[in-house]
Amino acid sequence: MDAMTDDNAGPIKTDALIIGAGPVGLFAVFELGLLDMKAHLIDILDKIGGQCAELYPEKPIYDIPGIPTVSGKALVDALMEQIKPFGPQFHLNEMVQTVERIGDPLFRVTTDRGRVFEAKVVVIAAGGGSFQPKRPPIKGIEPYEEKSVFYSVRRMEDFRGRRLLIVGGGDSALDWTLNLAPIASHLTLLHRRSDFRAAPDSVNKMMSLAGEGKIDLVFGQVASLEGENGQLSKAIVKGADGSEFHIACDAMLPFFGLTMKLGPVADWGLELKDQLLPVDTEAFETNVPGIFAIGDINWYPGKLKLILSGFHEGALMAQKAHRYVYPDKRLVFQYTTSSTSLQKKLGVS
Amino acid sequence: MPRPLLLFECGMTKITFIDSGDVARTVDAEIGATVMETALKNGVPEIEAECGGACACATCHVYVDEAWFEKTGGPSPMEEDMLDFGYEVKPNSRLSCQIKVSEELDGLIVRTPERQA
Repeated sequence: MDAMTDDNAGPIKTDALIIGAGPVGLFAVFELGLLDMKAHLIDILDKIGGQCAELYPEKPIYDIPGIPTVSGKALVDALMEQIKPFGPQFHLNEMVQTVERIGDPLFRVTTDRGRVFEAKVVVIAAGGGSFQPKRPPIKGIEPYEEKSVFYSVRRMEDFRGRRLLIVGGGDSALDWTLNLAPIASHLTLLHRRSDFRAAPDSVNKMMSLAGEGKIDLVFGQVASLEGENGQLSKAIVKGADGSEFHIACDAMLPFFGLTMKLGPVADWGLELKDQLLPVDTEAFETNVPGIFAIGDINWYPGKLKLILSGFHEGALMAQKAHRYVYPDKRLVFQYTTSSTSLQKKLGVS
Repeated sequence: MPRPLLLFECGMTKITFIDSGDVARTVDAEIGATVMETALKNGVPEIEAECGGACACATCHVYVDEAWFEKTGGPSPMEEDMLDFGYEVKPNSRLSCQIKVSEELDGLIVRTPERQA
């Protein structure tokens, strides 16, 4: 569904809107689902799993109760299987921009893709915040940012006929080298070493462009930048052999991976403590009733940033969320081992 | 009287961190811990360790003293990938979360770069 369709259809209505599709956000779907609450999830990454998927998909995790060892990816896959009965809906590659209270409680949430949600409760499970492109460690880069140094490509046409310097050896650097080479007047790909992290197929394609003289492939690291009023004229480069030289360019696109920043969460009028959201330990609710924070992003006395803590927090959050979503229904505590109604919801009865 | 135990016999060694301003700090390091963990435990500046030791960032970047580089060895391929994000990466660059403290590394000297990625 694209943003236009949403505009025509009005806001997407949901019981719970979960910000962050990491393990804790995923398990919150389960706990909410057992109590008959539907959830939509939004994540800035292009994949489900948060840090487990982005930072350590292959790393074993040893402290999930009852599972002696599991990789980040396998944990995410297992959680997806576990929450399947509740039909969560995902909106990936999307960042929440505003959260506004419009009812008692009811929240209007907007994203950077123009989507609008109306949710009875908001669950912030954003971990370390949103993943954003990392600023490369180059002195004095700040004045050039968004003028002639760009961390992402919004419109390829902006680079037509320009001299481009792309820096990096991963998939983003190689993909944009391949895409922009036909458009740029001149393109240099600069990487620290002759090994590339990017997919072998992209590396082969890039190598043939370099072989045909369509791009320049250079090994080294950017030491500093030269230009005026934010307009880059050249990059001073330290070569792999210790030599120093410059590369003339109108624009530089450095791809140095992602880092986590709190991002727009800081602007939603929530109380903050050292870049974290303080919550109570009964329901893990923030200072705004109806907005919860679970997982690494919250703080309370004794907080441990463990996945298992986030699971516990999600279970208690759901109890309180139920009161907002179904103010007239009494909640009877039940076990999945014995309750036929819970088993029906799970599709196992 | 029994002789006093040598440091490494208690499972401890020494590491010296020299920061970008040439200030040296020598701290106790537990055998089996990583150099990054040792730095954080002792409040050594210029080591950030954003990812917590998963070899998923480059914010615990150090330069291993030339005299020790043979003993620590070079970076693994995965570590090399992450070093692409480092600042002024040199041939003796390592990620300190990937160096395990051992008896052989007692007295290790590492330098920290002016900035982390």
